[in-house]
Amino acid sequence: MRKEVSRLTSARFPQKRSGWKKLKNYWRLYAFLLIPLVYVLVFCYTPMAGLQIAFKKYSPRLGIMRSPWVGFTQFRKFFNSYYFERTLGNTLTLSIYSIVAGFPIPIILALMFNCVRFSAGRKAAQNIMYMPHFISVVVMVGIINQVFGARTGLYGQIYRYFDPSATVPDLQLSANAFRHMYVWSGVWQGMGWGTVIYTAALTGVDPALHEAAVIDGASRLQRVVHVDVPTIIPTITITLILRFGSIMGIGFDKVYLMQNDMNLRVSEVISTYTYKVGLTSTLDYSYSTAIGMFNSVVGLIMLALMNFISRRVSETSLW
Amino acid sequence: MPKKMRKQDNEAIILATDFRPAKRDKVFYAINGAILILLTLIVLIPLIYILACSFSSPRAVAGGKVYLWPVEFSVEGYRRVFVYPNIWVSYGNTIFYTIVGTAINVVVTILCAYPLARRDLPYKGIIMFIFTFTMMFSGGMIPSYILLKNLGMTNTRWAMLVPGALSVYNMIVARTFLMNIPSDLLDAASIDGCNDTQYFFRIALPLSGTLISMLVLFYAVGHWNSYFNAFLYLYDKKLMPLQIVLREVLVANSINTESIADESSFTAIVGMSELIKHALIVVSSVPILVLYPFLRRYFVKGVMIGSLKG
Repeated sequence: MRKEVSRLTSARFPQKRSGWKKLKNYWRLYAFLLIPLVYVLVFCYTPMAGLQIAFKKYSPRLGIMRSPWVGFTQFRKFFNSYYFERTLGNTLTLSIYSIVAGFPIPIILALMFNCVRFSAGRKAAQNIMYMPHFISVVVMVGIINQVFGARTGLYGQIYRYFDPSATVPDLQLSANAFRHMYVWSGVWQGMGWGTVIYTAALTGVDPALHEAAVIDGASRLQRVVHVDVPTIIPTITITLILRFGSIMGIGFDKVYLMQNDMNLRVSEVISTYTYKVGLTSTLDYSYSTAIGMFNSVVGLIMLALMNFISRRVSETSLW
Repeated sequence: MPKKMRKQDNEAIILATDFRPAKRDKVFYAINGAILILLTLIVLIPLIYILACSFSSPRAVAGGKVYLWPVEFSVEGYRRVFVYPNIWVSYGNTIFYTIVGTAINVVVTILCAYPLARRDLPYKGIIMFIFTFTMMFSGGMIPSYILLKNLGMTNTRWAMLVPGALSVYNMIVARTFLMNIPSDLLDAASIDGCNDTQYFFRIALPLSGTLISMLVLFYAVGHWNSYFNAFLYLYDKKLMPLQIVLREVLVANSINTESIADESSFTAIVGMSELIKHALIVVSSVPILVLYPFLRRYFVKGVMIGSLKG
């Protein structure tokens, strides 16, 4: 059967033909790719070519190509600036804190869902927990502001309920609270949806293993530890490695929206600083591009490194 | 683990696993259930709080009296939101960007995914790399900004539709889906004289209903929630999507004074502006959260396909 089919296919696409003729057979498929390719060339690769202004002194009058080269001046300026340590430190702190807090919880949650025997209840809980994932960043920050408002928020109300005379500390203006608010609101929003991938992996558990374990007298908890967890270890490894690979990719949106003058010391990350340098006060395109490029290059190196490790550890990789 | 026990004891085993939990497991199930209920409540309570506040009176909100049930029920907040300046324009804009943007996205994504799903396409690897590389590295904010400015797209609706026309991640999901269509179909069709275009329109596309629903949902939610492109590229109020208006009110805290001008006391102003925020959160999120339970399985399926590859 297989053999016949492949013979028929090759009758249509004779293998001995030279490169051009072979391509000609496929012109329709390449025509499909035309629009997507033009799109990535214009909107993804042209900006990459535009990165050259990181090595130039960009002047809008001269344009990207004709602005004069200045070498690594912009990068040196950033590395020597006192914002370098601060923004890099804040970026890494927020990333790592997010991973440490946000990574294990969906795994535990997925294992817990998997143990629920009352399936209607489990579905209801899953439905509710998935919901916050679909809330926009702006609304999410709005919810944080409303719930943690010192005067009118739920947090302020509860605080005053226990201690009516106290002045409620304003968490939104506190630099110490920023990281915790940022990370844990992210956990709140993402923990339910994060279980999906592990739930999928858990469907791959061989029931025979559970049966055998029951015969051997294993409790449900022991079966979780010795049957369920080992099955999803590969998924966990890959997800973790990829999370570390995107360690430089702290999104602009949420940090920027949660920023205020009081927490800037801990909330200024590379992407928000890039924006401010480039498109607000100073309009220094070249300097901003250099900072952004530093971020992307380190990000790419991290991803490549993690991918290399992943291939070594689990024989799975991105490319 | 003893692997000897297999099929022969099946019935006894089914009784053992699925009939009734052993006594000591009952404690485990109880604790497990209790923690899950607690976590579900933690997710639910902030949402209920916002909803309850949005249906309360300004006085109750300002006084911090609302917990999980509306106090002094009123729809005043919604009334103010519905007459809030720019709200309907931006709502309309968001609907426009969502519908047109999603249509563009789905067409481009499928155009891209179909040829790359074909195992026999020459130079598939190189072309695939051209796409996936953009997931890992990008020109960044300023070069993209300069590009859009040079193309004359800033402050036009195109800035909201074209720059994100293709999500490579979604394209990979689509490709994985299309690769699962048995290649025997292609072979059979080509014997009958079907070319690649005809095969796409007559066979691959009709089999891709689930895929298209998935893509529509992923992209539509993205458009509905996106604010970054508008924030960067638009400055005309008439073009702004809902999320930008939300940002002004919810985050920058600059409520249009017209909408609270008739309030006299400070408390009333605070209460009314908080009330408007609560109602605005509900109004902007309701379309997605209402549709979501019906569409959940498509989202979940999309994530599962995506997780197979990458």
